[in-house]
Amino acid sequence: MSHLDFTAARPEIALALMAMALLLFGVFRKSRVVDAVNTLALMALAATALLVLFVPGSDRIIAFGGTFIVDAMARVMKILVIFAAGIALVMSVHYMKWERMERFEYAVLMLLSVLGMMVMISSGGLITLYLGLELQSLSLYVLAAMHRESARSAEAGLKYFVLGALASGLFLYGVSLVYGFAGTTTFAGLTQALKSGISIGLIAGLVFILAALAFKISAVPFHMWTPDVYEGAPTPVTAYFAAAPKLAAIAVFVRVLYEAFPHAEEAWRQVIVFMAIASMLLGAFAGVVQSNIKRLLAYSSIGHMGFVLVGLAAGGQEGLRGVMIYLIIYLVMTLGVFAAVIGMRRDGRPVEEIEDFAGLARTNMGLAFAIGALMFSLAGIPWLAGFFAKYFVLLSAVKTGLVALAIIGVLASVVSAFYYLRVVKVMFFDEPKEPVDPAPFELKLITALSVIFVLFYVVWPGPVTALAQAAIRPFIVP
Amino acid sequence: MIATVFFYMFAVFLLGSALLVITVRNPVHAVLFLILAFFNAAGLFLIAGAEFLAMNLIIVYVGAVMVLFLFIVMTLDVDFAELRAGMAEYLPVGLFVGLVLVVELIMVFSAWALAPEAMKLRMAPMPKDVTNTEALGRVIYTDYVLYFQLAGVILLVAMIGAIVLSLHHRKDVRRQNIADQVSRRRNEQVALVDVEPGQGLES
Amino acid sequence: MQTSLWDTLWWLFIIALKSAVLLVILLVALAFLIYVDRKVWAAVQMRRGPNVVGPFGLLQSFADLLKFVLKEVVIPDATNKGVYIIAPLVVSVLALAAWAVVPVADGWAIGDINVGILYIFALSSLTVYGVIMGGWASNSKYPFMAALRSAAQMVSYEVSIGFVIVTVLMVAGSLNLSEIVRAQTAGLGTWLGLPSSFLDWYWLPLFPMFIIFFISALAETNRPPFDMVEAESELVAGHMVEYSSTPYLLFMLGEYVAITLMCALTTTLFLGGWLPIIDVPPFNWIPGVIWFTLKALFVFFFFALVKAFVPRYRYDQLMRLGWKVFLPISLFYVAAVAGVLVAFDLAP
Repeated sequence: MSHLDFTAARPEIALALMAMALLLFGVFRKSRVVDAVNTLALMALAATALLVLFVPGSDRIIAFGGTFIVDAMARVMKILVIFAAGIALVMSVHYMKWERMERFEYAVLMLLSVLGMMVMISSGGLITLYLGLELQSLSLYVLAAMHRESARSAEAGLKYFVLGALASGLFLYGVSLVYGFAGTTTFAGLTQALKSGISIGLIAGLVFILAALAFKISAVPFHMWTPDVYEGAPTPVTAYFAAAPKLAAIAVFVRVLYEAFPHAEEAWRQVIVFMAIASMLLGAFAGVVQSNIKRLLAYSSIGHMGFVLVGLAAGGQEGLRGVMIYLIIYLVMTLGVFAAVIGMRRDGRPVEEIEDFAGLARTNMGLAFAIGALMFSLAGIPWLAGFFAKYFVLLSAVKTGLVALAIIGVLASVVSAFYYLRVVKVMFFDEPKEPVDPAPFELKLITALSVIFVLFYVVWPGPVTALAQAAIRPFIVP
Repeated sequence: MIATVFFYMFAVFLLGSALLVITVRNPVHAVLFLILAFFNAAGLFLIAGAEFLAMNLIIVYVGAVMVLFLFIVMTLDVDFAELRAGMAEYLPVGLFVGLVLVVELIMVFSAWALAPEAMKLRMAPMPKDVTNTEALGRVIYTDYVLYFQLAGVILLVAMIGAIVLSLHHRKDVRRQNIADQVSRRRNEQVALVDVEPGQGLES
Repeated sequence: MQTSLWDTLWWLFIIALKSAVLLVILLVALAFLIYVDRKVWAAVQMRRGPNVVGPFGLLQSFADLLKFVLKEVVIPDATNKGVYIIAPLVVSVLALAAWAVVPVADGWAIGDINVGILYIFALSSLTVYGVIMGGWASNSKYPFMAALRSAAQMVSYEVSIGFVIVTVLMVAGSLNLSEIVRAQTAGLGTWLGLPSSFLDWYWLPLFPMFIIFFISALAETNRPPFDMVEAESELVAGHMVEYSSTPYLLFMLGEYVAITLMCALTTTLFLGGWLPIIDVPPFNWIPGVIWFTLKALFVFFFFALVKAFVPRYRYDQLMRLGWKVFLPISLFYVAAVAGVLVAFDLAP
């Protein structure tokens, strides 16, 4: 217990200090502080990413008495989370001005939520995991309610907070059960303790923990908050919600399932399979009746998380690599779509209803094409990136014998294609409305890069696969 | 022997006041009984040798948290009788849920099997030669420094959140600035004028 | 270890005896302290103060005591009787109970417990309940406002008192009050090669904290200039408006015992407790309890002076002082002291 390795947590410590410094800077500097803080926050994220890359030491560092792990997956996932946060921050700059919600605390809270996610990803024990989870959730609650002039934003924040607190309670209850039966909370200790057999109380604890984590990735049946929060929160915050926390939570899923409870595989596989099926189906069917693009994307993300869970249930090298590839592609697609949605404004008001997209192709061909491409990709149309994401996880499911799961996945994918294509249809074939305002450069750039990625992934999939392979290396038993 | 006597005294008072918290009609009385309950819990801590925890319970909960709580309850004028109006309606459901929980607990406890490592890990005895406070300090600030710092960051976020969501900078409110007041000089602020009778004063 | 019933009873008897002795001495001393308080106050205002009862008015407090005890207890009809009666008891009992751990000389404490300082801090933070309960139970508007004010005020100043105590703890390395005093035998003075003296006490290295502690103690005990709770020009007499005779006496008693406690605490934390002013003859022939009393009286003298000199604060100024001035300063000092202790490896 006495071995404290602070170097392992160097990126986290640096990020926390930079966030606090920015907070002080924001409080004491009187004027024009928001732009400066946003820029500095981006630099802080970049610095943290560099520190993550160059944590010295071996492949797998275990610090703070086994409660903090830095391995290849932690590094890859942290970089992805930081990337997502950086993009979300860039997307926020103009939005904050438009909606008159310029507050320097926005960037600070974002940094602190990234800190929470990094701790989650690196957690080597249930307590570290809980603290990271709570840190990121608390920051996100505030970010959701940040737009104070909007009642919907307040509603989103409150709803997220109340349900999130419930999830935290479930998590802690589960942890207390696990601790009571196993006598330890570190993942390594749990594996050791479970070798001798698994009692019913431990399974109960594990189920509670999984339920709380499912809440964070909004998997069915813990998805209820998602559409309301996505709709109410400021759109860049929604983009951030859809991207970063899910990555972190999936990383935690991998850690908890494959590092702490590998001996309880039969027990948790049923839970994961159930959640995967329910999420895919609900994401497909409930999305059909949505008229608001943010709600639609909420159901879309529920469905996508279902597919990720398929990969998780399959496990093994194929499954986990599929999960990682899925996450990377999902991240890029989601950020691209949200950048396009944020940029769409008509007479200075946001365009969020799908029917307001009507005839976009005739007034703004570039934007319509970009959204169309991303929608096709989200739907999983071959040969766009989204297709391969689904292909890999479903393939791994088939290989591990979960054929029924794979078939349900394909069906759900077909149903969900309906509402993605409806957006495309509205844009290309309906009577045009007034043109939308020109979007700022950075939003266009993000969308464009995302479109390029989904279009040309098929040509050059190597880097993504390599990244995913690197990430799952700690979990492959040679 | 004397410890046993005090243990039962504290325990009886703790349970009694805890029961009164949920049964008395007056909300302020309920809070006062809750404070009494905390006090007795602190007494139990003392008997168990956890003196630091006992004092902290009083300082933090009784001395600060409950004061603010009492503050709120006193000013809010909550009518608990009204809140309890639907009690009879929900009682059967509540009893049923409670019953289910009790049965589940019994089931879990009957199948209670600790991992062999658990007993060993549970034993983390306090070193002999240090006081309770020092031992706690070592655990919190050395072994679990990561948890401690993270909890600190969480509290910071909570504070930022509360300020962000509730602080309005109103431009139309005049605020006192002590530095300005102190730095005022007489000759900049006061002019002595001789006013002729009946002439008035031009402003 | 098997202790017989008689041993236990004997032990209880000794404790009770000690407590009774302390109580009697404290209460008699209190009578004269109130007299001193009024005399100082009068002297500042160029009055003569109490001078009728007994020689030089020395027995004035006893006359007051008789008056309070002999008058009828009036309990207004609309009060919440139980709480109304308990409130003054809470104030006085808590203040007296805190004295149990104060070491008036080396080894002279009824209970020399390991967390003595926390015990005092805990009990003094509870005094606020007496005021709140009294103010609420009186069912009258001025007492109620007093209750609200005191709730906010005392909680605010506890924060800075807490930080001051933390700095002292860090330097002394113990939560035991006797240990804190013993730790003050060596310090800046001995470092310079002098014999153990007043230069070693914590008032010197922790001077800003000493001042903050003194002022916060004034606020914590509702002494002027922070007597917002009973400000007569605004709230008549605050939480005590509806009280009369003995319950009123108990409130006053509790208030003054709390003041003496704060004097004793200041002495213990910053002025070397029972230690002589310089550890050379003839000073170290004088017993510790005398030194302790002298120092506590010295602090009390300043309490009385402040009461006479300084006009009452406005409520918002009081809050500003607590949260925007004392809190940052004490927080900074905690960090600075900790930094110095670690950097120069001085931590005990």
